[in-house]
Amino acid sequence: MAQTEIRIKEVIGPQERRDLRIRRALLLPSLLVIGFGLVLPICIVVIYSFLRPGTYGGVIWNFTFSAYIQFLFERDIFDNTLTFQTAYLEIYLRSFLQAVAATVGAFLLGFPAAYFIATRPLATRTMWIFLITVPYWVNLLIRTISMLFIIRDEGPLNYLLIWLGVVETPVRIAYTDFAVGLALVYSYLPFMVLPIYAAIERFDFRLMEAAYDLYAGRWTILREIILPVAKPGIIAGSLLVFIPSLGSFLAPDILGGGKNLMIGNMIALQFQGSRNWPFGSAAAVILMGVVLIALMIFVRQQLRQRVRTN
Amino acid sequence: MAKTAIAVVEVTKVYGAGSGAVTALDNVSLEIRDNEFFTLLGPSGCGKTTLLRGIAGFEELTDGRILLFGEDIGPLPPNKRPVNTVFQQYALFPHMSVAQNVGFGLRMLGRDRAETEATVQRMLDLVKLGALAGRRPTQLSGGQQQRVALARALATRPRVLLLDEPLSALDLKLRQEMRVELKLLQKETGITFVFVTHDQEEALTMSDRIAVMSDGKVQQVGGAQDIYDRPVNHFVADFIGETNFLDVEIEDIAGDRAHCRSRAGLALEAEAPEGATPGLRVSLSVRPEKIGIGTPRQGGNAVVERLTYLGTDTHYLVRAGEESLLVRVQNAHGRSSHFEVGARVALTFDPDAARILAD
Amino acid sequence: MARRTRGEELRRYPGFRGLTFGCLFFLYAPMVVIAVYSFNAIRSITVWGGFSVSWYLKAFSNPAIQKAAMNSLIVASVAATVATVFATCGALALARGRPLRGQEAAFGLINLPLMVPEIISAVASLLFFVAVGIPLGLGSIILAHIVFCIPFAYLPISARLEGVEAYYEEAARDLYADRWKAFRYVLMPLLMPGVISGFILAFIISLDDFIITNFVAGPGATTLPLAIYGMVRTGFTPEINAISTLMLLISTFFVSLSYLVGRRQKGF
Repeated sequence: MAQTEIRIKEVIGPQERRDLRIRRALLLPSLLVIGFGLVLPICIVVIYSFLRPGTYGGVIWNFTFSAYIQFLFERDIFDNTLTFQTAYLEIYLRSFLQAVAATVGAFLLGFPAAYFIATRPLATRTMWIFLITVPYWVNLLIRTISMLFIIRDEGPLNYLLIWLGVVETPVRIAYTDFAVGLALVYSYLPFMVLPIYAAIERFDFRLMEAAYDLYAGRWTILREIILPVAKPGIIAGSLLVFIPSLGSFLAPDILGGGKNLMIGNMIALQFQGSRNWPFGSAAAVILMGVVLIALMIFVRQQLRQRVRTN
Repeated sequence: MAKTAIAVVEVTKVYGAGSGAVTALDNVSLEIRDNEFFTLLGPSGCGKTTLLRGIAGFEELTDGRILLFGEDIGPLPPNKRPVNTVFQQYALFPHMSVAQNVGFGLRMLGRDRAETEATVQRMLDLVKLGALAGRRPTQLSGGQQQRVALARALATRPRVLLLDEPLSALDLKLRQEMRVELKLLQKETGITFVFVTHDQEEALTMSDRIAVMSDGKVQQVGGAQDIYDRPVNHFVADFIGETNFLDVEIEDIAGDRAHCRSRAGLALEAEAPEGATPGLRVSLSVRPEKIGIGTPRQGGNAVVERLTYLGTDTHYLVRAGEESLLVRVQNAHGRSSHFEVGARVALTFDPDAARILAD
Repeated sequence: MARRTRGEELRRYPGFRGLTFGCLFFLYAPMVVIAVYSFNAIRSITVWGGFSVSWYLKAFSNPAIQKAAMNSLIVASVAATVATVFATCGALALARGRPLRGQEAAFGLINLPLMVPEIISAVASLLFFVAVGIPLGLGSIILAHIVFCIPFAYLPISARLEGVEAYYEEAARDLYADRWKAFRYVLMPLLMPGVISGFILAFIISLDDFIITNFVAGPGATTLPLAIYGMVRTGFTPEINAISTLMLLISTFFVSLSYLVGRRQKGF
């Protein structure tokens, strides 16, 4: 009887090896493009955040922390002392709160919708999902503009309100924090619905009937049974709304009216108006840090989920 | 002396490495003769499909060689081997018509259009699908798809045709029809068929020779009767048909016959293997239909525990001491020799009923 | 309305249906409103002056708009084509056969542009071009677009590829087709709906992009979104409504097309 040796490395024949070579070659273009088109540029951003700003934009190759310091402190021109300033922190805080508000708003509107769609008969379900998803693919700029068009002082909404007699003068909705939040929900709502829908769809609804048989009330079931089932979808959806909202540019720019700056506008300003590239880079790096933390929480939750199902 | 179409020489296939490694084929050696209908038979996971894929070229061997008419085809990719496969799921190209499917191999070989068209028509007529040349595979029934797959694989006149459980998706009646047709096809074309199945009835009815496999090893190779009447080990005896296993001790050897006695005192004789000596304990395989059951003159040597009436046969489960035996009796000749549960009976054994197993 | 079954009754939550319709209304209303106003013959919010396409004609007789539209089409065509080719190659590499070393990292890298907030990609692209010395113009826009179009093309292609069983290629190779012929005559046709779907998606994404384009566009290289943005700055005009509605329709049409093509069964 032949003794099967314990092999340490798997034996791969020449045909398979050639297959692997071809596949690696096929992968190369995409990896190179994204490596040089995104990864390398991001590294450049990080590097630039440690340099000095040039007079007319651009950078001077002097290594310094001044961009990050500028974030928190203001340097007095005369005696070179640093005083703590909150202007930029406020912008980050506002962005954070807006993103949270948008996430909550999207959840309040999106969860019931996701649940409803998941309980539709199979044939119509895909149609519902299609209807909910299509707006996302339609130009974000135009969607944001259309929202402005409606809620501005001379817009149809105000016209309707006046015509109905609810108010006498136009209500200022546009160019407020509320408008920005509304636009954020409007932009990313489908991304809250889809993951929750996917999670609830897998749920075996006969468990619900079992719970009813045990005298549980409708809302108790929602809280105790359905919400936990939907939890992975809720977390995924929240991240998919929170992260883009945090770095959003168009919503605060078009609907915020230049006063309620968010991180996105602030960064854009450094590269267009103020021309302080290192500072803009530093702000971008900080934003990336926040996003990374959010992503790590997500990954940790995914891993825990995988362990639990194993 | 028939030529050897395929020689499988000490072939081993291992997937993975280290402690997670799976040995699909363990030092397998086989010879498949030219113009033969050869079947690889075994349960799922025994390695039969892996071996077939190794011959086709879809699996590369960890060790050993495969020779096609004397030539080592190991280094050749599948498209360079004059061997074609009929896949279990047919694998008909959905975006091509039936005619384009059947002609695909010829196109790839660069045959000219007129020749290809003629061959395609001939092949479709051979499998009795001549009128369906323009259809798409999705418009065909399972049986028709199977025939197209067959025609496609035969169109290029391969030296060997490999069939990977091609009948498993068909219903019973169709399967029985196809068994006959495949057998005829093989005789007509003279191509060596290597057929993979887990259905022993299929193997027994269609094959010239059968290789019974299990756990990546070949257990036995032989014709249908060989395998059935002279199984070499427990696995083969149990996998093919039904059998009874008896632990016995060899009491006496006369010539080439070994006289054995079971613990309960049943006396059987079987062909003595080489090196057998009295006092040796062996396992016997006893086919149920080769056991006679009759009214005992004295106490008898077994008691009926259970009986099942099946129209053509009656099955008795009898107990001799601590051992149970299944006995199959044909309800023929108007004989209604019928035993009740609890009746004492006398079991008799044909001289060729028992077979000493090697393990 | 048909009586509900017990199962349906149990699963029902009051108000959820209304909220779902509310969601859809919320999502679609602004676009519908803009569309309606774009056909208003009179330049007024309050008065309907009759159906007219005059604003559409006016908008597209504007040479600046024409140039922007042409640029958008060029950028989208080139970027989507290149991205689809690269994404197809990538999908073939990752979604077939035994996993490569670093498979998951490669997959993560391909999808990275989807994870990074657009403003960061925009800044990064700008700094990269400046640092490396690539002049800002239509070319830089195309390069930046290729990067984020790849993952959008990749997703439908790899989804389609995973649905194509391995035995088709095996059958082709068994029938004397070498690797290239097996791909060309068997795999590619089966893959085509996914490739087309991916191309359309990438095309739309490129056409619609604003933030990244805004950052890496040079003077004179305007795309439609950039033009619209500039026009909105100075106040709403019906021309803006017209162009916006047109872009909405085009996007919606192509997204639906991509979806339908991608769902075509293998049965052809």
